[in-house]
Amino acid sequence: MLKDQDRIFTNIYGLKDKSLKGAMGRGHWDGTKQIIEKGRDWIIDEMKASGLRGRGGAGFPTGLKWSFMPKESDGRPHYLVVNADESEPGTCKDRDIMRHDPHTLIEGCVIAGFAMGAHTAYIYVRGEYIREREALQAAIDECYDAGLLGANNKNGWDFDIFVHHGAGAYICGEETALLESLEGKKGQPRLKPPFPANMGLYGCPTTVNNVESIAVAPTILRRGASWFSSIGRPNNVGTKLFMVSGHVNKPCTFEEAMGLSFREIIDQHCGGIRGGWDNLLAVIPGGASCPVVRGEDMADAIMDFDGMREVKSSFGTGGMIVMDKSTDIIKAVWRIAAFFKHESCGQCTPCREGTGWMMRVLERMVRGNAQKREIDMLFQVSKQIEGHTICALGDAAAWPIQGLIRNFRPEIEARIDRYTHNAMADGAVMEAAE
Amino acid sequence: MSVRRLAEDNVQPAAFAFTEENAGWAEATIRKYPSGRQQSAVIPLLMRAQEQDGWVTRAAIEFVAQKLEMPYIRVLEVATFYTQFQLKPIGTRAHVQVCGTTPCMLRGSEDLIRVCKSKIHAEPLEVNERGTLSWEEVECQGACVNAPMVMIFKDAYEDLTPERLEEIIDAFDAGRGKEVKPGPQVDRHFSAPEGAPVTLLAAEKPARKKPEPKPSEAEASAAGPVPPTDAARPKDTAEESDPSIKTPLTDKAASKRRVKAAEEQPLSGTAATTKPDRKRAGSAAEGAPPEPGAVSGDAKPKRTRKKPSPEGEAS
Repeated sequence: MLKDQDRIFTNIYGLKDKSLKGAMGRGHWDGTKQIIEKGRDWIIDEMKASGLRGRGGAGFPTGLKWSFMPKESDGRPHYLVVNADESEPGTCKDRDIMRHDPHTLIEGCVIAGFAMGAHTAYIYVRGEYIREREALQAAIDECYDAGLLGANNKNGWDFDIFVHHGAGAYICGEETALLESLEGKKGQPRLKPPFPANMGLYGCPTTVNNVESIAVAPTILRRGASWFSSIGRPNNVGTKLFMVSGHVNKPCTFEEAMGLSFREIIDQHCGGIRGGWDNLLAVIPGGASCPVVRGEDMADAIMDFDGMREVKSSFGTGGMIVMDKSTDIIKAVWRIAAFFKHESCGQCTPCREGTGWMMRVLERMVRGNAQKREIDMLFQVSKQIEGHTICALGDAAAWPIQGLIRNFRPEIEARIDRYTHNAMADGAVMEAAE
Repeated sequence: MSVRRLAEDNVQPAAFAFTEENAGWAEATIRKYPSGRQQSAVIPLLMRAQEQDGWVTRAAIEFVAQKLEMPYIRVLEVATFYTQFQLKPIGTRAHVQVCGTTPCMLRGSEDLIRVCKSKIHAEPLEVNERGTLSWEEVECQGACVNAPMVMIFKDAYEDLTPERLEEIIDAFDAGRGKEVKPGPQVDRHFSAPEGAPVTLLAAEKPARKKPEPKPSEAEASAAGPVPPTDAARPKDTAEESDPSIKTPLTDKAASKRRVKAAEEQPLSGTAATTKPDRKRAGSAAEGAPPEPGAVSGDAKPKRTRKKPSPEGEAS
């Protein structure tokens, strides 16, 4: 288990003092000015050397993303936008950062803003996080009062942070949809290119980062890139906030080193699987958009980006949804399909029509009222949605269904058989297929 | 996508205006965005209007459009796109939003929905007979480790059982909603595991009273930009780099002694040649003859090769 002194989020449960003074006592805001004085190139090189990969799900290297911003301003202001629109089912880490450890995020904004030449940051908090938004705003006000933010502050880099909020749209977690929403429009993703680093918020160079990616930056720069990169396996380094929900004895959020096996994580932090390890059916390893993995494949898999790719899934945000053998797996995936149908923004036809179509077919499969050839058809349709939309929501809607068919096809077929058998026994006449 | 329409005309009020407090708040919110970009404030303003009236009325949409100098259709599409905006009246004392997405479903949100159906109304988004309560099933609310959960206005009530939800709904219906403690309804602290946390157990150290002295302006500028660290450099396990081996760098006293002993040793042929060299470094101030070729008044500075000091090299 990760040692307590190697944890970045030292107040993730809110058991300690949340105020600025308390945060300073735990080492935050220590030497921020000195870090900024080391210069922009040093910060970006150090972030690259640390091997930090974005914590929002895609795992894009954070240092590299910062380096895409233009070095010299062409007259347009630069913006940092923090993506706190945390809506992926199974994910609830940013919530705890904002309500219990907000100073990690605020200090991170100042440093990241300096590294990309931005004087303004917008933090886009999802609309449902009302208390979290209030806690974050209170912490920001405290920093303004203490002279850590605003013009002529103690850090030597003029910086303003504004908290903005959404109103309940999952799609606004996509970076360009988030920018659209921040500009006061419907949250419909933009075509790329131009990329936000050239044309982002209000047509100005913008970088959008996840809350956790920004919040870990100050500690990495203080303790050195080598400290961070020494934790975990190469290419999958560092510590990460994990969340475990579903059928474990003690669901919780915790910070842990990358590269531990799923079994270690669950036994150490969550008190094991409900009903023991033999009772494990399936796991969705990184939020609802990741393909579901069978329990026996998952138990000893390594929880990091490469480890999850080996079991044909993805690491996503580190929000594990655990299902034991009492679960109706088809229904669980149908509920995810219903989620994506509800959250599709309606811009691209394959996604708008396809998510609803897939949900309706799955709904029949939950009951068993389907033909076996429809399983292949469903797989084929999901492949046609994947990769044919502007943003990744189409892919995200297709993957859980592909994972279900790949791993649990016998279950779907057994249910269809049972339904047919019952129907024939009752003397019912079969319906036409379509 | 879901189809969302404005409420029927017979429930729409004729006009809308912010209260004095909210009007001031709206001005401050608009100032958060660059000038000419006041459209950004549309979601916060609509949300505030919803808080004031309980739902988003057509008059409120028109008011916001006028306030932000936006076309009416742009505000209307925002109000219908984002699902947190309630487009028709909801319960005045509680609007129970039950999270029904997979993590909550696995922990029993279907039972919670059953409670809502029996206690409030068989259909979502319909108010009960007295108009005090309503409910709806919403998508993931981002409290998955505390599943199942409901949200009532601004607060989340987590780790629920159907019985506990009945109690909560009764409390809100009786106007005692403020007495219910938000957050987890079982013995746990926010997202920490049930019982007691297994990490971050150390007691908090007292805050430092005296911060370290800051480096002076001159020192900071003399240091110049710092090169990146040697992150990810392979560990040096060679025998000769063992830190326990004494080197002139780690054991200065011993190395000085050795140097002295070497200097005192006679019969060094090179000792004679080094002496004049040292003198030359002393230059004219010590009475050394001027170097050949050095013309007085020459603008060109004298070129001397300075040997790098061993200390400078080591650091």
